[in-house]
Amino acid sequence: MTDSGLELTIGSKPYSVGAVNSRVRIELKRIKKFRLFDWLFKKSLGFSSILFVMIIIGIFLTLLIQSIPSIKEFGLSYYTHSTWNPVEREFGSLPFLVGTVITSFLALIITIPFSLSISLFLGEYFRKGAPSTFLRNAVEILGGIPSVIYGFWGLFFLVPIMRSLEVSLGLPSLGIGIFTTSILLFIMIIPYSASIGREVISMVPNHLKEAAYSLGATKYEVIRSIVLPYARSGIFAGILLALGRALGETMAVTMVIGNRNALPTSIFSPANTMASVIANEFTEATGDVYVSSLIQIGLLLFVVTTIINIAGKKIIKQFGKTQ
Amino acid sequence: MNLSLTKLFFLPVLIASMVLFSSCGKNDKTSSSDKELLGAGATFPYPLYSKMFDVYGKEKNVKVNYQSIGSGAGIQQLTSRTVDFGASDAFMSDDEMSKAPAKVVHIPTCLGAVAIAYNVPEITTTLKLTPEVLALIFMGKINKWNDERIAKINPDVKLPSTAITVAHRSDGSGTSYIFTEYLTKVSEDWKKAVGTGKSVNWPVGLGGKGNEGVGALVTQQPGCIGYVELIYALQNKMQTAQLQNKNGNFITPSLKSTNEAANVSLPEDTRVSLTNSDADNGYPIVSFTWLLLYKDQNYNDRSEEKAKQIVKLLWWVTHEGQQYAEPLSYASLPPEAVKKVEVLLNTVTYGDKKVLDIK
Repeated sequence: MTDSGLELTIGSKPYSVGAVNSRVRIELKRIKKFRLFDWLFKKSLGFSSILFVMIIIGIFLTLLIQSIPSIKEFGLSYYTHSTWNPVEREFGSLPFLVGTVITSFLALIITIPFSLSISLFLGEYFRKGAPSTFLRNAVEILGGIPSVIYGFWGLFFLVPIMRSLEVSLGLPSLGIGIFTTSILLFIMIIPYSASIGREVISMVPNHLKEAAYSLGATKYEVIRSIVLPYARSGIFAGILLALGRALGETMAVTMVIGNRNALPTSIFSPANTMASVIANEFTEATGDVYVSSLIQIGLLLFVVTTIINIAGKKIIKQFGKTQ
Repeated sequence: MNLSLTKLFFLPVLIASMVLFSSCGKNDKTSSSDKELLGAGATFPYPLYSKMFDVYGKEKNVKVNYQSIGSGAGIQQLTSRTVDFGASDAFMSDDEMSKAPAKVVHIPTCLGAVAIAYNVPEITTTLKLTPEVLALIFMGKINKWNDERIAKINPDVKLPSTAITVAHRSDGSGTSYIFTEYLTKVSEDWKKAVGTGKSVNWPVGLGGKGNEGVGALVTQQPGCIGYVELIYALQNKMQTAQLQNKNGNFITPSLKSTNEAANVSLPEDTRVSLTNSDADNGYPIVSFTWLLLYKDQNYNDRSEEKAKQIVKLLWWVTHEGQQYAEPLSYASLPPEAVKKVEVLLNTVTYGDKKVLDIK
């Protein structure tokens, strides 16, 4: 490396051209060495993502193909028919669709005020300190409890309470049914919406809130006009996640819903959901049409969940736009 | 530069390729040794098979793997020849037999009964039920405990005016099959309205998953009535009803009355329903549970040794193994059934050789 005698100033330090050259050469060597690695890295990330998409498409196609015998047999009437008769081979998925939608949305409606309260409480009022940590961990533990355990708890603790409630209201005292299931689901899905809500609410920039306070706003006014609008899309995303969990919940639901394969007549009557009927009847289902009908219910659940997710994402985008 | 964390990103690629390449190339035969047998099927006799196979493994040094995935799945696995033997609470229908690639032999191994459990604290003595009344209750036509039709058969019992809540199985099960088959036999109305099956369109009632589910419903709900496996009722000390059998006697469900019910003449292939049998003191809702194997054991490159092992296993289960039934609350096979089993096992061949003749 010959020094041609010229000087470069980089920043405030003087470097000779030769020194700059050799530095650049060392860097180029290093980049060349890792160029292959960079390329591989990018490709493997791409591969993992594509693999995942392929899996989802694969699941959908498998469900679709296996449902063909049932689609051929019943056609579109499968979605409006309300009899489920394995002996006569007469199948209709309406009771399960209705059961799933009613229990999930009812649970969601009950969840929204509670999870919003918890999110605000932990995100705005008690951000730090022992009570906050305790409450936050309690909510998170609630989210980690396995579904079957919720089912047991529901069956042995919640059901007798519901039964005495029904007796006091003068209704047939079964204890199990749609209302009990919704209550159980609400307890199960709160951690999902509360945690995300809390995160989003605590991330509202301080300068926005301080500006409002400096204008004389009360805490309530700040929450109503600054915090909630800002965190709206995040809160909604949390609610969507909670709804997704409620739609697919199987074990806890099957223990307290009564497994009645017919359209429910009231909010306290027993019913059945799509996930529950598949879990119950799949292992012993024999015969092409029977198995295929159950798989078609799985397909229906897949489609319903996808539609709700897409609709939810659209709404979140809408919230984001109007900010 | 720290590469270890980023190298983790290659892991999905590695795993995916391993999975994809290993699934290429079909595996037709189960590559297990000759001293290992694989069976799958019914959940009802699982505790008994578990004990039997454990003892057999220790005594004869032959490992038997049993997967209790349900009768339907067991028949399916046997038909697709992925297991050495299947197990089912319901014998294969003619339709299922024709779908199998070869003739299947049914070997009964023990007896099970379905008890009617109820939860009515006001009834202090035992409840008696007739088949007609039972069918009417499960069809929802009788919905109060003090209905005159129940009172007629129970003249000395004070019946409350509580509503009857029916509990049935929400999952497909052999127990449901046996129960609905019995009701189909004894009630024309049931036959028309509901029929027989592992899952049926129950006219009324709440569904519970498994014997545990129905048991929980019955014990939790005052006024509830449901059907459970006898073993379950005995072990959980549930109150069971006396059911009137074909000869007019009211029989308490027990191991003894279960045994009695099977003391009737059996067909050669033992594919028979024991519900509502002619036995004088037999409990009317009783059934065999069977182990299924192919009559000709020479398929899929199976060895003679394997054929010998499986027939020996089935011989042991139906003879020396029967001693383990009673302690676990299963009813053992009556002598007539054992005789039929011996004849059937003598028909199992390996090609043109009788397996039992192979030394």
